[in-house]
Amino acid sequence: MTRTKTFQDLFKRYRRPGDFVISLLSLFFALFLLISLPTQTEWVPRQPFYAQPSFWPRVAVYAMAIFSALHLVGAMVSERIHGRGEEVLYWLRSIEFAAWFIAYVLLVPKLGYLPSTLIFTNLLAFRLGYRRWVWFAAATVFSVAVVIIFKGFLQVKIPAGDLYSLLPAGDFRLFAMIWL
Amino acid sequence: MSDLASGLALLADPAVLAALLIGSIGGVVIGAIPGVGAAVAIAILLPATFSLEPLVGLTMLLGIYGSSMYGGSLPAILINTPGTAVNALTTYDGHPMTKRGEALRALGLAYGASFVGGILSILALILFAPVLAKIAPMFGSREIFLAALLGIVLVVIAHRGQTLVAGSLVAFGILINTVGLEPVRYTQRFTFGQEWLSSGIDLIVVVLGLFALSQAFVLLTDSERAPVTQRVEGNMFTAMKGVFRFKRIAGAGAGFGVLMGMIPGVGEFTAQFLTYTYAQKTSKTPEDFGKGSPEGLVASESANNAVPAAAMIPLLALGIPGEALTAMMLAVFYVHNVVPGPGLFQNDLDFVYALYAAMILLNVFVVAFVLVASNWLLRIIRVPTRFLGMMILTLSFVGVYSLRNSVIDCAIAAAFGILGLVLKRMNLPVVPIVLGMVLGGIMEVKLRSAMARVKDPIDFVDRPIAATLAVLIVLLIVGHFVGLIREKRAAIPENEHDHDIHDSHTR
Repeated sequence: MTRTKTFQDLFKRYRRPGDFVISLLSLFFALFLLISLPTQTEWVPRQPFYAQPSFWPRVAVYAMAIFSALHLVGAMVSERIHGRGEEVLYWLRSIEFAAWFIAYVLLVPKLGYLPSTLIFTNLLAFRLGYRRWVWFAAATVFSVAVVIIFKGFLQVKIPAGDLYSLLPAGDFRLFAMIWL
Repeated sequence: MSDLASGLALLADPAVLAALLIGSIGGVVIGAIPGVGAAVAIAILLPATFSLEPLVGLTMLLGIYGSSMYGGSLPAILINTPGTAVNALTTYDGHPMTKRGEALRALGLAYGASFVGGILSILALILFAPVLAKIAPMFGSREIFLAALLGIVLVVIAHRGQTLVAGSLVAFGILINTVGLEPVRYTQRFTFGQEWLSSGIDLIVVVLGLFALSQAFVLLTDSERAPVTQRVEGNMFTAMKGVFRFKRIAGAGAGFGVLMGMIPGVGEFTAQFLTYTYAQKTSKTPEDFGKGSPEGLVASESANNAVPAAAMIPLLALGIPGEALTAMMLAVFYVHNVVPGPGLFQNDLDFVYALYAAMILLNVFVVAFVLVASNWLLRIIRVPTRFLGMMILTLSFVGVYSLRNSVIDCAIAAAFGILGLVLKRMNLPVVPIVLGMVLGGIMEVKLRSAMARVKDPIDFVDRPIAATLAVLIVLLIVGHFVGLIREKRAAIPENEHDHDIHDSHTR
């Protein structure tokens, strides 16, 4: 395989398995937007085109439709690359981790930032196949560090968990609400 | 001169210096870990910087941007895996040198070249700033509109071989930016009756999804890898000084870096390629390039490090970001109601000088750090990839959730994370979406204000800069098609290229 030889070569990319699927999905999405255009944007009477609320969405949707259609044509006339099915399965497998992320998001306002992060990192480490105690220790240290740096020092806005209100009133509850 | 002095005074604030130190050292560490680039780190830290002063927040992000490439050269040279996207070319000559037993020399040259490229480019831009202050006010609404359009055209045609997808993604970005309540006539655009869409889709949510969450998903879904590294022994400072034997190439790298950095949508790859080609053509041993040539290594590393300073030019002078990282920095300006543009160079030149001086300091901090910490960095990059994915996922949560404590924002970011994963797997770039969002917004506002004063369509380009930009746009599009035809005639088989050069371009 030769390496980058020409200026154009530097900017070149090549098709991978799944190109056809992505071009098809992209065209369907563009067509859906195209059909929705009249109901989802307004064309105001007696206004020049550039001041129309609908002008830029139209430019974007038309461009998406044209580029996606040409992409699909390109994918259809190109040689088939094997491995399409496995590629789509890989995409679907990633949804599991999106679900983990959302579960973590839902847990934080209930349990509080530190407890949720500890549970999330340790459970995910287990799910990823780590079994030695050193990885759980690493996940725990990492969780504590993240919470202290972001919530404690950088004061990012993350609400105190509902669970903290069950703590006895006093300094520790205040500390937990501000730092943890 | 007084602007330069007051710029330096701005920098003397301990908070700014601390931010710079954290950013620059953090940037090297992040850059050294394959799979996490500056974009991931900046995306995660972005909301945290909103509570800081603009200069403090920006210097921290600039620190990460400017120093990540230093770190990225380490795994590129030692384990043939670029730490950040723009260290891909470094593997061509850096790794063969390691295999020859010259790891220390290669690392020293890479750090030295990065330093020379970085410093020369900043000095050039400090000298150039007063000229820019004179030129920037000539950019009115129509010129800024055309410059943004030029950025869109460049980002599309730069993705040769996938131009159609890049065009589609830019358009998607423009569309996302229009979603929600339109600010002039208060009509709803693509909200589908959903209240949560009325306030639009936040740029930072998209950026975090496309850069940080997608990278986490890729690392988590892929099988486990843990790079094996070996210690580097010897005097790094002496190795670094070796770069002075290649002054001409490092100078050329800085020059190309500055020129290419200023052009939106182009950036490091072009600068590196031009310098590499120049170095090869003028070398006494051109046959060594790609097989461990020190000249090739210096060309690659000096050019990429010269870009960050120059990339700040269109952002500061016109308010137009040329790539994803400066697009993220624009968000910091917006949050503080500072609108970068011609006025900034006219009225706040000291702020601009402070940023440049910060970049000089950053290079000094980083060199001091890598002199002593290279072997320590080698231990960090051994973190197994799936564990790293878990860490990025945890950190991404802070970024998205702290914006407005919205579960919906997190769900949108997760959806963009999956989209980013698909695009990365397909070797497609995510940058066009981000640039489409930012530049689309600029074009909408600027076209509206420019057209109010235009009676005849030709009036739009009756000023010299507007006319030049318009001609440039037309020439680029024509040139693209001419290039396609030439390529077709040359008929180089598809499997005869390095298909993986852009693999890391997407992170």
